[in-house]
Amino acid sequence: MATTTLLNTQKKESRWGMTKKNVIWKRKDLLGLEDLSADEIALILDAAKSFKEVSTRKVKKVPTLRGKTIVSLFFEPSTRTRISFELAAKRLSADTIGITANSSSVLKGETLKDTAKNIEAMNVDVVILRHSTPGAPHLLAKVLGPSIINAGDGAHEHPTQGLLDLFTIKEKKGTLKNLKVSIIGDIAHSRVARSNIWGLKKMGADVTVCGPSTLMPVGIERMGVKVTNDLDQAIEGADVLNVLRIQVERQKKGLLPSIREYINLFGINRQRLKNAKDDMLIMHPGPINRGVELTPDVADGPCSVILEQVANGIAVRMAVLFLVTGGKE
Amino acid sequence: MDILIKDGYIYDPANRREGNFDILVSCGKIKTVAKKIKAQASKVIDARGKVILPGLIDMHAHLREPGREDAETIETGLSAALSGGFTGVCAMPNTEPCCHNQEVAEFLLKKAQVLGKANLYPIGAITKNREGKELSEMSELKNAGCVAISDDGNSVKDTAIMRRALEYAHMLDMPVISHCEDTDLSADGVMHEGYISTEMGMKGMPAVSESTIVARDLQLAEFTGARIHIAHVSCKESLDLIRAAKAKGIRVTSETCPHYLVLTDETVKSFDSNFKMNPPLRTEEDMKALRAALKDGTIDVISTDHAPHIESEKDVEFNYAPFGIIGFETAVAVISTDIVSKNIITWNDVAEVMSNHPAHILGLDKGSLGEGSDADITIIDPDEEWVYKRDEIKSKSKNSPFIGRKFKGRVKHTIVNGDIFPI
Repeated sequence: MATTTLLNTQKKESRWGMTKKNVIWKRKDLLGLEDLSADEIALILDAAKSFKEVSTRKVKKVPTLRGKTIVSLFFEPSTRTRISFELAAKRLSADTIGITANSSSVLKGETLKDTAKNIEAMNVDVVILRHSTPGAPHLLAKVLGPSIINAGDGAHEHPTQGLLDLFTIKEKKGTLKNLKVSIIGDIAHSRVARSNIWGLKKMGADVTVCGPSTLMPVGIERMGVKVTNDLDQAIEGADVLNVLRIQVERQKKGLLPSIREYINLFGINRQRLKNAKDDMLIMHPGPINRGVELTPDVADGPCSVILEQVANGIAVRMAVLFLVTGGKE
Repeated sequence: MDILIKDGYIYDPANRREGNFDILVSCGKIKTVAKKIKAQASKVIDARGKVILPGLIDMHAHLREPGREDAETIETGLSAALSGGFTGVCAMPNTEPCCHNQEVAEFLLKKAQVLGKANLYPIGAITKNREGKELSEMSELKNAGCVAISDDGNSVKDTAIMRRALEYAHMLDMPVISHCEDTDLSADGVMHEGYISTEMGMKGMPAVSESTIVARDLQLAEFTGARIHIAHVSCKESLDLIRAAKAKGIRVTSETCPHYLVLTDETVKSFDSNFKMNPPLRTEEDMKALRAALKDGTIDVISTDHAPHIESEKDVEFNYAPFGIIGFETAVAVISTDIVSKNIITWNDVAEVMSNHPAHILGLDKGSLGEGSDADITIIDPDEEWVYKRDEIKSKSKNSPFIGRKFKGRVKHTIVNGDIFPI
């Protein structure tokens, strides 16, 4: 059985993980990284390491989830995350269906709960949900039997993105402990920032958030991060820069005077990186506004691991699907 | 029907009376209050160990009729109020149509009269359709029976209109009840803006969106000399402003609601929309400040802001759920369990903030257990332990954050104009 093989591989490669403990995955759902323990995060990252190899095979498929049905319900536009989940499920041999809906259809008639109940009645095993409202997946997890995976709920959490960022950093740096990670940009509206902060803090990293004061949410320092408005300070000594997408609409809402001024203060170009560590990683959850938060030479430069994040996303999502459907170590 | 209430412990701040007394009710009035009354009565209530308060008056409630009879009707609302010990209820004007003319006010009063349950006191709108543009016909509203005016739920955004409203209401000696919210500052918000909203990635409504309008309205009240009543105060900043205004002699009164005294924004972490209201639940610091303000008299009134919503509207994603919770049937229990039992205020203070003060602010001849007063009486067992169950809710809507909560203190009888409503 492929599952057994995978687990054996995992055991052989235990040096990748933390010292082996008997961590057992018990959760039905993956709603956020806030709820997870460091051991649970390590378990996912370990499993992802094993699954990463599958995508490099000639036949990119294992029978692990054969006979399982996975529905992805996207109430917000997404390309990367949706495709990544879909490929992850398919490479595990699950049957997948993707539904994209406008969240306004909720207001028109059927409630999210009703939609989900209908899907449940069709005996699905996993529901992957992307929704503009924080807590939407938590609402479903309370009422549905199938596993719920949060693929982004408003500005709250995006746990698989957080996990793939952690995976990428760990793969490159060997560990997360004591690493200095700076997250740059629109912290207030970013679910990526929040999931990264929870995950990184639990794994012992040192996190700084940097952005304009109008995009810095109240009390963020209580999440255990350093806060700065000075990009140079955030870059100096950092092992990783995780650069967030800046949405042009923020200007219209009075949060930024102009994108031009944003670029001057927080845009990352080669000049701004002159005091950076040589081996500093540049990450971005995508899609990139080239020339805004990152200049093209930096986005495509030697420090950039942006495309590796995308590749790792599939492995991490395979691991998550495997674990929530009952995979045990 | 004569009622003899035996040996209850009376709190009657209007007559500076406290202690064990008997009360004889006859022809809808309190006939005698004395130790050991010997009289024949068709109904005798043994009130040993019970707390007797002047009938409670809720200054801030939504009965939804006319317009949203699916969520609440005057009948179900007033039944729920009686069940919670309220002998009088102020109905906020945000109905459809809005209570901005005498027809709607008269409709409400007529309906309540036919029902013969709790007293209903309509509150008229400050502006037509509560749009904040043109003053409503306040004199007509007053003549039709409105006891105050408010654009409840909407802050009057135009400062000049608010000034004129205060001036005009002052002429009529009507209090203006202000929902204080700068809707530009609170735009799209669904909860208090603070650490918890940051953690949850939810759009916040900062405390300053309330206090900035409290400050404006206090200035306008001072300028016009009018009486202003600040609705559902939720944050420390507003309290500081109100306290200073009172010290200065500005004619301001204020209210808060039981939920602001016992719940904080931490509860929103459950994503349960029964913790979603406007103003939002704020921080522990605000909660403590409200308790202190209740104690020092900065807060004059506890109202419920009873706001029924049907389940299918409330049981959705947090962002999409409407603001508000029901409160008639839990107000006394919450105050008894978490405020009086914890010695924050006494039952005598409860008589003031839930009966005597509302009557005084609204100019009602109520809130007293004196001989000759209307027989509006609330009888509470302060020691009874009970669990608030969804199936037992009298209100048509069930949107309460207190379902399943164990309480100590329960309303046993509510007497309105001499009619007794057993629980």
